[in-house]
Amino acid sequence: MSGDAKTCACSAESPISGAGFWKSGGWLLGALPAWILLYVALKPLADWLAFRALGLRAGSRLGEAVAFLAYDGPKVLLLLGLVVLGVSFVQTYLSPEKTRDLLARRTGVWGNLLAALLGIATPFCSCSAVPLFIGFVRVGVPLGATFSFLVSAPMVNEVALFLLLGLFGWRIALLYTATGVAVAFLSGWILSKLRMERHLEPWVLDMPFTASVAPYAPMGFAGRLELSIQATKDIVRKVWLYVLAGIAVGAFLHGYVPAELLARFMGKSSWWSVPLAVVIGVPLYASAAGIIPIVQVLLAKGAALGTALAFMMAVAGLSLPETIILRKVLRPVLLGAFLGIVTLGIVLVGYLFNVLM
Amino acid sequence: MIIEVLGTGCTKCKLLAERAEEAARGLGLDYALVKVTEYPDIVARGVMTTPGLVVDGVVKAQGHVPTVAALKELLR
Repeated sequence: MSGDAKTCACSAESPISGAGFWKSGGWLLGALPAWILLYVALKPLADWLAFRALGLRAGSRLGEAVAFLAYDGPKVLLLLGLVVLGVSFVQTYLSPEKTRDLLARRTGVWGNLLAALLGIATPFCSCSAVPLFIGFVRVGVPLGATFSFLVSAPMVNEVALFLLLGLFGWRIALLYTATGVAVAFLSGWILSKLRMERHLEPWVLDMPFTASVAPYAPMGFAGRLELSIQATKDIVRKVWLYVLAGIAVGAFLHGYVPAELLARFMGKSSWWSVPLAVVIGVPLYASAAGIIPIVQVLLAKGAALGTALAFMMAVAGLSLPETIILRKVLRPVLLGAFLGIVTLGIVLVGYLFNVLM
Repeated sequence: MIIEVLGTGCTKCKLLAERAEEAARGLGLDYALVKVTEYPDIVARGVMTTPGLVVDGVVKAQGHVPTVAALKELLR
């Protein structure tokens, strides 16, 4: 009997049984069909809202702007929710610690390339940039590879990647990924050639550091699912306002700004449009998810692809807060070299695509 | 028991501190909760992704915020 009681107590605590199953993510099974249904019905719903319920004229500026907002707002948020959930779940199997150990003592070009590629999928929060930097350097990841990772992780953001895929198609998503990885790879490689180790703040190398072995994510399916649901809530709560703001700007551009105007500023013909887009984008910090709706409209209104890509990379990849944080471990020369090389790389990508496409 | 919450003050770190407090109280532990917010101190504990949880000098979790139930397991 006592054995029985014990088994019961165990299964009652196990998250995958009865009510616990629904609580720990089983409700997703019901949510998924609802998601699909809503996604399919969005366009007619938005048109109905703008042209019937509000009585705006189809083809009028206000009408088109409102219809755009009512359609694109929920659409991007729906996509975002699903993408973040899927990505977060996969990421519970990855961690900066695993990436670090894969990269340790891997010198040369391959280390840089691997670092740039691992940066795509490794979960990364810019608030951990400093301890992460030290952790990498101290277990023997070469400085160049560390930088490749630090550029690639925020810039080639996996959420942005899937959003691009959903909104623009695979060609632009692939283009963005490939060029982002190339910029990260080359920046790290050049920095490694410059022998910048002496420009680290001294305390970085003096600190005692023994990498801990504590797990990055909870074990077991239920634990991972719960963590990804929580991460999804966190991220959506953090970015939904920016996404909607981005779409509102997009809706305004869509309805009110004539295409010729934008094409003149951001089109291929003006050589200064790429550096200008990058200079505006670097100090700005928005998550890639917030910037994509704006880019969508810029492209539709005649902005050149290279200019739009460069703008997106500059906003997502480099940011003022992260630069300030990194100053704690990098002396001004190294920090300046890092910013300069990455900025230059992004500008070159912009020109390259304006010439090619 | 000394419970240390490692992090520079982002929302996740605050959440971890709240949950650790709740878990420790729920277990009726005799504990002191310390927030470790300076980078050198975080690095010295071998953690590179915040938030981190250190119990009596041993790193128990890093990079995520465990649930209160999971924290109770870690603190036991």
